[in-house]
Amino acid sequence: MSGHATYEFKNPVVRWIEERLPIFSVIRGQAIDFPTPRNLNYWWTFGGIAATMLVVQILTGIVLVMHYTPHVSLAFDSVEHIMRDVNYGWLLRWLHANGASFFFIAVYIHMFRGLYYGSYKSPREVLWMIGVIIFIAMMATAFMGYVLPWGQMSYWGAVVITNLFSAFPVVGETIVQWLWGGFSVDNPTLQRFFSLHYLLPFVLAALVFLHIWALHVVGNNNPDGIDVKSEEDTLPFHPYYTMKDLYAILIFFLVYLGFVFYSPWYLGHSINFAPANPLSTPAHIVPEWYFLPQYAMLRAIPDKLGGVLVMFGSLIILLFLPWLDTSKVRSNRYRPLGKIFFWLFVIACLTLGIAGSQPAEGAWLTVARIATAFYFAYFLVILPLLGKIERPKPMPATITEAVLSKH
Amino acid sequence: MSTTTAQDVTRRDFLYIATGTVGAVGTALALWPFIDQMNPDASVLALASTEFDLAPLQPGQGVTIKWRGKPVFIRHRTEEEIKKAKETPLAELKDPIARNANLPPDAPATDENRVTDGTGKVNPKYLVQIGICTHLGCVPLGEAGDYHGWFCPCHGSHYDEAGRIRKGPAPRNLDIPPYKYISDTKIVIG
Repeated sequence: MSGHATYEFKNPVVRWIEERLPIFSVIRGQAIDFPTPRNLNYWWTFGGIAATMLVVQILTGIVLVMHYTPHVSLAFDSVEHIMRDVNYGWLLRWLHANGASFFFIAVYIHMFRGLYYGSYKSPREVLWMIGVIIFIAMMATAFMGYVLPWGQMSYWGAVVITNLFSAFPVVGETIVQWLWGGFSVDNPTLQRFFSLHYLLPFVLAALVFLHIWALHVVGNNNPDGIDVKSEEDTLPFHPYYTMKDLYAILIFFLVYLGFVFYSPWYLGHSINFAPANPLSTPAHIVPEWYFLPQYAMLRAIPDKLGGVLVMFGSLIILLFLPWLDTSKVRSNRYRPLGKIFFWLFVIACLTLGIAGSQPAEGAWLTVARIATAFYFAYFLVILPLLGKIERPKPMPATITEAVLSKH
Repeated sequence: MSTTTAQDVTRRDFLYIATGTVGAVGTALALWPFIDQMNPDASVLALASTEFDLAPLQPGQGVTIKWRGKPVFIRHRTEEEIKKAKETPLAELKDPIARNANLPPDAPATDENRVTDGTGKVNPKYLVQIGICTHLGCVPLGEAGDYHGWFCPCHGSHYDEAGRIRKGPAPRNLDIPPYKYISDTKIVIG
């Protein structure tokens, strides 16, 4: 997809560098002239939004570290120090805390978009799989970051999540003590989480680079899910999509900053304003909202190891999606049955999110079990079968034809 | 085309494989310190054992103390609690193993085996257990739950008067730490 045009640069300094390191032609080819399908809708802006949120998280994180102390007796107070004493500390902390939530919002929408329009299908399997790895890595990053303020929910979240590994037979206990660096979540745990929470965002940035690289090898999918056939089907990335992405980023930031300035703790849990106490578990432990669907699946299974396997399985199964979906048609625009089941899947995920926020008993437990069953059935039964029984709608021959037929 | 002699091939192959092996094994060995540094360190392992005086505890009273950074529940059980725990048939237990560090790992979860110390002394009055839910590590609440023993608020595990799991997702009875009586009313944990 990437243009093979050779660029002639006029500026002699640029020419001199270009002969030694072809960075200017790469920028021209990949970020400016890059041929992009002309029919991308606003759902396609969430990749750029997610990348922007990663940058926001790294920038705010780096300056927060200048004031934070990773020690069990100082961590909680140093966060309060950031909130009360450090110039604009409150702003940076709220940007970072809410930034995690909005990073997940962007990534979840980005993933559902890929799911709806079949962006994981050939030839974009590797692109999708790198995305899944990014998702798992950012979950680990977010989890460890939430532990750092060392409040009650930080502490008990760390206890519950690290204890997941104790479910594995024979080696479980050894693994957990290795993760903790002791016999309970304590100072060694906090310090290693801090170290990894600083490292992982840069790993994420490297993975995002690979993700974009893979995207630029095969090119964008598009809402009609048909291949680009000629130049007529595309637009140069700049200014058409740089401006469209920027506009979406600005709207997204209005909402994000609305939370930061007007309701910064809306997505948090007030119990985290109490310092960690290893001798007393809060009455109702819940993870941050972005982990609730996975948490619901964990609790839906009445067996400890089973619950852990189902929860990790719900992530791992995404890696196999390109081969589980047997339909040759990418976009659900042309899949009458696929579309229905896609929205049922979205409802199942949202239901799991609500179930995860409720105590694991009674009706919610039953609801969580049904939704968990549907989650796995969607990947293991519905998508493999649909491709064989579904009659797709007639598709336009080209992207241009699809676009012009509407006007 | 000349054929290479067997001797040349052997010598080069040997050097390649030897170099590669030393490199691979060396890297693998060098990895170990980076992994092992995360294990509990000497200062954590050296944490002294904890002594506790049982005398002030009234029947029906329980306390939580800290040992190796973990909460330990010590409860002076009432006659009624002991009676109920003893009468519970083993067949009703979800986990039939005592989980007592002072006993062999296959000891059955009788009430006696839950209150046996490292010297084999049985004192049904005092129940000493690690206060960590065997599900995902929360601290259960005392005098709560369907069996009026302990109840874990995190994911709803119910333990009975002897700290044995009866209902909910936890797989094991509450663990009994290694401890022994050093006098009639004093124990040392660890």
